Amino acid sequence: MTFLVERAGVFTTVQDRGRPGWSDLGVSESGAFDRLAAHQANALVGNDDSAAVLEVLGGDLVLVARHHHVVAVTGASVEVAVDDRPVAQGRAVSVPAGGRLTIGRVVAGVRTYVAVAGGIAVPDVLGSRSYDTLAGLGPDPLSVHAHLPVGPPSGRPADVDVTWSPRLGEATVDVVLGPRDDWFPTRSVDTLLGEPWIVTAHSDRVGLRLSGTALERSVTTELPSEPCVRGSIQVAADGLPIVFGPDHPVTGGYPVIAVVTDAHLDRLAQLRPGDQLRFTRTPRMP
Amino acid sequence: MRVLPCGDRAVLLDCASLDEARRWHAALRDEADVTLGARTVLVHGDPAASRALVARTRPQDLEHTVGELVEIPVVYDGDDLDDVARLTGLTPSEVVEAHTGRPWIATFAGFAPGFVYLSGGDPRLDVPRRSTPRTRVPAGSVGLAGTLSGVYPRPSPGGWQLIGRTYVPMWDLDADPPARLRPGARVQFVEARR
Repeated sequence: MTFLVERAGVFTTVQDRGRPGWSDLGVSESGAFDRLAAHQANALVGNDDSAAVLEVLGGDLVLVARHHHVVAVTGASVEVAVDDRPVAQGRAVSVPAGGRLTIGRVVAGVRTYVAVAGGIAVPDVLGSRSYDTLAGLGPDPLSVHAHLPVGPPSGRPADVDVTWSPRLGEATVDVVLGPRDDWFPTRSVDTLLGEPWIVTAHSDRVGLRLSGTALERSVTTELPSEPCVRGSIQVAADGLPIVFGPDHPVTGGYPVIAVVTDAHLDRLAQLRPGDQLRFTRTPRMP
Repeated sequence: MRVLPCGDRAVLLDCASLDEARRWHAALRDEADVTLGARTVLVHGDPAASRALVARTRPQDLEHTVGELVEIPVVYDGDDLDDVARLTGLTPSEVVEAHTGRPWIATFAGFAPGFVYLSGGDPRLDVPRRSTPRTRVPAGSVGLAGTLSGVYPRPSPGGWQLIGRTYVPMWDLDADPPARLRPGARVQFVEARR
């Protein structure tokens, strides 16, 4: 049960739910950036939620099926074809033995997820098949001519479409202020919450680097390195925020002014350079 | 110690010192998924549950935070050994004596899998980072920065002052655990022949 990689795409990695619990050894969680899209793709092909999927950045992926496979494509809006015949996104699709699955041009969003019934069965590292781009941990990104093993299908494909909506050029996410909002004057917090931020091209799975009005600090001493989480909004020396993604560093030396709520982390995965991001203070302080 | 918000899936314990953070980390590590920082402890999980856990927990006594003793043989022929000697006013062999003179404490991880910041060394070893970081530091390089020491687990860019190298792998995925050094370990460097 394998796929042959005919075109590897711009940057295609294997991802699952990540490897939590290793941060004391310097290992981050990693895992699918858009967790909802990965979950939907797995559900469509009848996989358990722990199955590994492909996270496709920028499209241009061609896989040749060695056997008959059931696949589903979710996440960013892309052109999908089986043997040059366009097929629908967001539902289970059959690829016959010898058939060619093409993930083409991205229409909206950034990251597309491809699930195969049975899951991508590459060996795991520390209990996860996710590739951590910062640590270089986990299965290597896809390369041309690679063989992609697939596990035995376990469940029944779902005969449904998932509702999904391409995000168009902007997002608003809830944040919880802190842990270091008191290292900033009130006007910096107001700027963070009041003004739009632009996603820059230097954004990846480690973090989204934003441009906008630089945030001043009221405490200017150096922060002793402290652990941080996915969604942390770290304000670097230049005053500009970085929102940490799944492959974020385990500890950081700049203050985190606020943290994006868990429910809104997936929205960050589909923002393109030039897109607008706004932060809203969540009414509920945990 | 103050409990600070850190999103809706964690809280951050802000401590007065590294020692206090180590005491909280040692007290909580069997109860929750925790990560140690230089003077903070991140407690992963539901914030309300974590606050309740912290409220009914007492920090561990410092002597109980100390873990196994790990010996690391080092060949002291690093490119910055002479610079470190100049910066500290010691001779190169005095730098080696200071580095091997007492065990260091593995504090917290970061930077790369298997990298642990070591503290508690000889206070005479206090040097700035290199003004220009190297683009590639070989795996096994032993370095100094400020009052900290560390061993690069894999080739990477780096700005620490390099005083030697070890052949003991710091990160080995076939080992359990894969990291040679965990927070709390005592690390005794030993001079090895070339």
